[in-house]
Amino acid sequence: MAEGTQFDAEAVAESVAEGIAAIEQASSMEELKAIKTRYAGAQSAMTLASKAIGSLDKDSKKEAGKLMGKLRADFGRAYGTKEAEVKAAEEAAELAAETVDMTLPVARKPLGARHPLPKLMEDVQDFFVGMGWQISDGPEVETEWFDFDALNFGPDHPARQMQDTFYVKGNQAKDAAGFVGSNMVLRTQTSSDQVRGLIAHGVPLYIACPGRVFRTDELDATHTPVFHQVEALAVDKGLTMADLKGVLDKLAVAMFGPEAKSRLRPSYFPFTEPSAELDLWFPDKKGGPGWIEWGGCGMVNPNVLRSAGIEPDVYTGFAFGVGVERTLLLRHDINDMHDLVEGDVRFSEQFVMGE
Amino acid sequence: MVDIDWLRDHVDVPEGLTYEQLAKDLVRVGLEEEEIHQSQVTGPIVVGYVVDATPEPQKNGKVINWCHVDVGDEYNDVDGDGNKVPRGIVCGAPNMRAGEKVVVTLPGAVLPGDFRIEPRKTYGHVSDGMCASERELGLGDSHDGIILLGDYGFTPEQVEALKPGDDVMHLLHLDQPILEINVTPDRGYAFSYRGIAREFHNSTGAEFTDPVTDLESRAPHIEDQEAGKGDIEVIVQDDNPIRGVAGCDRYYARALHGYRPGSPTPNWMRRRLTRAGMRSLSLPVDVTNYVMMDIGQPMHAYDLDKIEGPIVVRRARQGETLVTLDGKEHDLDPEDLLITDSPNGEQGSRILGIAGVMGGQYGEVTDETTNILLEAAHFDQVSIARSSRRHKIPSEAARRFERGVDDQIQPAAAQQAVDLLVEYGNATASDTPRDVDDTQRRKHIVFKASEVERVAGLELDLNEISAILTDIGCALGGGGNGELTVVPPSWRPDLTEPCDLVEEVARIYGYDRIPTRVPNAPVTGHVGLTADQLHQRQVADELAQYGMVETLSYPFVGPADYKAFSIDAQQVEPVSVEIVNPLAADRPFLRREILLTLAQTLLRNVHRGLENVSVYELGHVYLADPDAPAIPALPGGVLPSDEQLAALDAGLPEQPLHVAGMFTGLVEDNGWLGDKRPADWTDAVEAVRRIGACLGADLTLEQPDAQAVPAQWHPGRMAHVMAGEVPVGMVGELHPHVDDALGLPHHTAAFELDLTTLFSTLSNKPVRAKPISTFPLVRQDLAFTLPQDVTAAQLKAAIEEGAGDVLESIELFDVYTGDQVGEGMKSLAYAVTFRAPDRTLTAQDNEATRARIVERTALLGAQLRA
Repeated sequence: MAEGTQFDAEAVAESVAEGIAAIEQASSMEELKAIKTRYAGAQSAMTLASKAIGSLDKDSKKEAGKLMGKLRADFGRAYGTKEAEVKAAEEAAELAAETVDMTLPVARKPLGARHPLPKLMEDVQDFFVGMGWQISDGPEVETEWFDFDALNFGPDHPARQMQDTFYVKGNQAKDAAGFVGSNMVLRTQTSSDQVRGLIAHGVPLYIACPGRVFRTDELDATHTPVFHQVEALAVDKGLTMADLKGVLDKLAVAMFGPEAKSRLRPSYFPFTEPSAELDLWFPDKKGGPGWIEWGGCGMVNPNVLRSAGIEPDVYTGFAFGVGVERTLLLRHDINDMHDLVEGDVRFSEQFVMGE
Repeated sequence: MVDIDWLRDHVDVPEGLTYEQLAKDLVRVGLEEEEIHQSQVTGPIVVGYVVDATPEPQKNGKVINWCHVDVGDEYNDVDGDGNKVPRGIVCGAPNMRAGEKVVVTLPGAVLPGDFRIEPRKTYGHVSDGMCASERELGLGDSHDGIILLGDYGFTPEQVEALKPGDDVMHLLHLDQPILEINVTPDRGYAFSYRGIAREFHNSTGAEFTDPVTDLESRAPHIEDQEAGKGDIEVIVQDDNPIRGVAGCDRYYARALHGYRPGSPTPNWMRRRLTRAGMRSLSLPVDVTNYVMMDIGQPMHAYDLDKIEGPIVVRRARQGETLVTLDGKEHDLDPEDLLITDSPNGEQGSRILGIAGVMGGQYGEVTDETTNILLEAAHFDQVSIARSSRRHKIPSEAARRFERGVDDQIQPAAAQQAVDLLVEYGNATASDTPRDVDDTQRRKHIVFKASEVERVAGLELDLNEISAILTDIGCALGGGGNGELTVVPPSWRPDLTEPCDLVEEVARIYGYDRIPTRVPNAPVTGHVGLTADQLHQRQVADELAQYGMVETLSYPFVGPADYKAFSIDAQQVEPVSVEIVNPLAADRPFLRREILLTLAQTLLRNVHRGLENVSVYELGHVYLADPDAPAIPALPGGVLPSDEQLAALDAGLPEQPLHVAGMFTGLVEDNGWLGDKRPADWTDAVEAVRRIGACLGADLTLEQPDAQAVPAQWHPGRMAHVMAGEVPVGMVGELHPHVDDALGLPHHTAAFELDLTTLFSTLSNKPVRAKPISTFPLVRQDLAFTLPQDVTAAQLKAAIEEGAGDVLESIELFDVYTGDQVGEGMKSLAYAVTFRAPDRTLTAQDNEATRARIVERTALLGAQLRA
């Protein structure tokens, strides 16, 4: 049908029907667009027929208009339905082409890791903070007074021999034991913070002192010359060994789980009296649950309180210290101290993100 | 060492007590179990009757005996007819004789040193077992011959009762383990069976008999102490007491005459001493050791004929020397307390030994000694401890004296030694001992019974408390209104204060019976972690999240570390803390920067085949001040004055907290994704940026001229990290020389920050939030050409200044040097965004802003490119 042709209802209906059939056969947008141009474009039978309506008489016009409306709608519906179908299929094919193996290893950024030891120190700090205690820290190069004398280790106390101490060079005169000293040591215990804490803060005092300590032990599977302790000290009116036992039980549970508990054995430390060794009931002990040595504790010796200017007849206190390395070795089933101190990144990486 | 057999002498040990139970009982009252040493001997070891012994001289000159030994039906040989016959055994011992009862170790037995007995072909016979000597069984040192049971301390009836094939393991205690315990330094008395038996009683209630009571009652009563009337004159003359305490407050000497030289030590004593780890030497020496082990009094036995009285106990004089028993020569110190005698009437002129530590070579008992002088003395703990330490002689005697010996048992100890030497050495004891006794009466302790509850939390009544204190040997008085006067026993010099008595009551009543409660800490002042403690955690966590691995290292460094880091040892050593007794002689100093020790950690990882390593460490460094004032020595138990406290701290080195990190190898390695990037300075700068961000610190970098860069850093790749005007650290790449010295790849990056200083610059105040503008954004790209020596930081600052408040962000997106910008110049291109808080920016606004930027940056010689 060319321009100026007569309106031919039959022919236009046939053309539209042909177009709808073509639409149904189409499988791509490209085809669909071509069909649209052919059957509904400017030169299509449908368009020309619409234009030809104008030359019809009034009655025929109405009827032809009606017919054209229906044909246009039929074509449009068929086209719309097919278009949605084809678009969906094309998108699906496109996405299918983008499929990857999601199990390919991906390591965009390296994972870092905290070392478990300072991490554990933080856990212990949090335990004490949760009880309302404060966390303090003192110097690692310490005066002999704070490390020994104030803690009731006299200059000739046999216990001063018990702990093999790193002495610091100085220029002072000969001391009592015939040793040319500076009155400085690498602290042998975090207990050195006890008297510092008492002098600095007074009483009542509830503090925990986590930190690094030093003794002249060669590194082997169970010893290291540089290690860590957490010291706890409470001085107040009315504190007894019952309070000590209570805090120790709570700490044992916090560190080793709900079945853990503590036990005291009589012992001796110059800075506590009564003194006790602290044993831990460890459910996951190798070879079955059992007691293991964990630290030392006791009621603060009156001489220590006196060193800090505190009246021992009015105040009592308790103190305990646990080894952080020892806690780690036990809790994580670490067999060799070397792993803990050597800084091999593979060791820390086992503890990535939590625990 | 605790031997149940010996313990039984003083306390009623239940039948069948195992060493495991013994350990538990002793641990309960505060003795620490070290180890239960199991017997190293397994059987069969049996009684053998020597049927015949035929001497057979050998070519090598030895004579061996070919013996037939009846070892009972169970172990005897079987002949061709099925009859039991004695075993054939070859024995080289000179005392082997037919008719003796001997100890036969049979094939299958294992002796100490994992010596396994098997049938063995020797000297033309098959020896089907071995007749054993004391030494082979681990019973003593004697190896002169085999054990003849008829001559081994048993009664004739006992020997008669021994039948061939009877088990000898138990008879000779070969199957017995032994308990090794640790004794805390306050419990000197527990270095004796007397003390351990008492503790066993304290723990179990088993009946204890103090051996000293009987011995003391039999010691001669001294009527007349006039000089010259006793066994020997004794003068105690201390002209240099240590801290006012006399070195010797008791010297008891008692003589024995007519001792039969070379008398053997009885087997039971030798066995006990051997099991306790002591060598058997001669009867007099064994006896003094035995008394020391048994009741805790170290003793000395002199050859009385070699000693010329008076005995003088005095301090050493400068220049005196002594060769001790072990053959070592010692330069004596005026603090050493000596035992001397007086040859030719010259008082105290000949040194016999260092009191309480070790004897000299003159005056000892020998194989010819017939007259013996026994010394039982009491010496000052401090004096003995110092001498023992000074001369490095940790003798058994010194170990006891420095922990405190009972000062009332000297006559009893001498009596016990006398008893043994009379019985086994045929000696006659004198009844005229000398006893110089200056011991002081013990001061009583005023003890409020309520202390037990106040300190230990145990509600015990006065009767319970009194019973416990009495049982441990205290003498009690008073008791009205709950106050006791307590005189501790002479063997407990450690009990001096009420708290000591609280411990005694609590440990004997049982620590396990103390109740449990949790104290409430009062909430006052600051609660929770301090800002610095939180910041420390933030830094540690941030670096781990950044992808680094946290490590720890020992803080010890030495010349090799300085050399590797191009640090001048002569400059750094005087300002470093130096250890007197370092573990490694080549690392006697403490680090002044973490990088030196972190590098060792990094290297260890690299040496273990890990190539891509990013590590960090938080820790202290130690900055010694050679001009720091001396630290005073102050007594304990007294609060120092404010000036003294200040002096203690003034002498200590600064010990700031640092963080350091190192990066080597690839910092990015995505594997199959293909992105790989080696570490360089940017990784270290990024770490510093993140630390600053997590702390809310505005950290900037200041890059010094190459010649001002410390030698350990790359001269063109190092900057100071500044918190405002305060330098807080360094960042960059190590100098290639340092990398080479350490064996690390070039461009190894590093940073080190002084966190103590950095934290001190933080305001720790809450962030003040700015309102967020919703007006439109204006983006512009600005590219500048500028001289090479102008830094990016300078240019950025100029842009920020020129843009003023409307600047929202500024990001460098290109850096270019090359032909297009000309010699000595570079190009930096920034994407900047502008936004006003209160209006939409107009074209005019933007033009004005741009003009200000151009004007300001021009001052640096920068030119905006069209």
